[in-house]
Amino acid sequence: MTLRSACSRIARWAFLACLVLLQACATVANPDPRDPLESFNRGVFGFNDALDRAVVKPVATEYRDATPNWFRKGVSNFFGNLGDVWSAVNNGLQLRGQDFGDSVGRVMINTTLGVGGLVDVASDLNIERHSADFGLTLGRWGVGAGPYIVLPVLGPYTLREVVALPVDQQGNLVNQIADDPTRYGLTVLELVDLRAQYLRAGEVVEGAALDKYSFMRDSYLQRQRNRVYDGNPPDEDIDPSAVTK
Amino acid sequence: MKRNFLRTLGLIVLMAVGLVGGAQANDEAPDAMIKRLSVDVLDTIKADKALRSGDMVKLVALVDERIMPNVNFQRMTASAVGPAWRQATPEQQKRLQEEFKILLVRTYAGALAQVSTQTIAMKPLRASPEDKEVLVRTEIKGGGDPIQLDYRLEKTPGQGAGWRIYNLNVLGVWLVETYKSQFSQEINAKGLDGLILSLSDRNKANAKKG
Repeated sequence: MTLRSACSRIARWAFLACLVLLQACATVANPDPRDPLESFNRGVFGFNDALDRAVVKPVATEYRDATPNWFRKGVSNFFGNLGDVWSAVNNGLQLRGQDFGDSVGRVMINTTLGVGGLVDVASDLNIERHSADFGLTLGRWGVGAGPYIVLPVLGPYTLREVVALPVDQQGNLVNQIADDPTRYGLTVLELVDLRAQYLRAGEVVEGAALDKYSFMRDSYLQRQRNRVYDGNPPDEDIDPSAVTK
Repeated sequence: MKRNFLRTLGLIVLMAVGLVGGAQANDEAPDAMIKRLSVDVLDTIKADKALRSGDMVKLVALVDERIMPNVNFQRMTASAVGPAWRQATPEQQKRLQEEFKILLVRTYAGALAQVSTQTIAMKPLRASPEDKEVLVRTEIKGGGDPIQLDYRLEKTPGQGAGWRIYNLNVLGVWLVETYKSQFSQEINAKGLDGLILSLSDRNKANAKKG
């Protein structure tokens, strides 16, 4: 078989594969240009939702009911302080002086006066948090969002956030801990704490949505775009069929 | 990222915080009106133990009484429904508004249950006196990231008739737009009556949960 015919075979198979993929997309009744992988995404979303109902939400509910408020507050503050370190780095990369300064100030104050981040003294001093991750940094550098992707377990993303994910994982200081049991333990605690914070909110969303998948997608994509534009996106933002930045 | 997204979701439901009413003063500026309503509702909740502990009946009553008179609900429903609104019969339009209203009032009420120590800060209004539609931008403060909360308001025709809200935005997420694709999905699959039925089923399921 010549190289030429091998190439044409590959091209033919690639073409067929594209057709099949397009077919899969065409089965979605009401396609959204920002969500070409909708049928795949809906499958993963369903899996995540089932996992949440079966495991994550019950564990978070148990955690909320079994621990005192001050304890949970301390846990949230601790992880928030670690997050502020990564926010400082990203605000720096985005050349946002004020936000960088606030983030550094928050970490310094909360790590010392706030006893290793357990108390959020900086917020009481009106130093605002400016959350930033590497996905946001890429967005502010002009990288487009790309299609919407729901990842197993992790949930809603855009392609840009997926690309940034390995960097953000490195930026999460919990992942820098060498001792395995400590790292696993803290990761689980971080996730449970996060879910516990949104138990009531989750119930409200549950009651508000006609189709939870679309509700989450449309909120997430608007929110991401709004962050990139720093709360001031151009007007086509309010047209959901517009392609997101 | 994940953390921020969950935060968004949580805060979507905080959208009601500033959306509050009372008697309208003549020729009140739109940002002054939003400020008055926000402070009023936040104070009402902080002062009432039943409201703070999430008494749904009282919260729904609060939303109905203070918020709804300041909302152009017909416009909100029409833009969420999209082009199909013009093809709807007056009866269908009435039913859509009724069911959507029940859904949103309950959502606001659930959101208000989350209010604790927040305060509201106004951002400068960029509008000229002859504007008929304005964007009022606010922030809710109280620990962590400030929560962006913006309103679109329209001037009601007539002297001193005041301003009415027709859309709102929590952390960059516009309420009407979040319902748009869900609504068009239902309409494409099952028509306008199908959408009305889905809304009323949702409301019935919510009512059962109490």
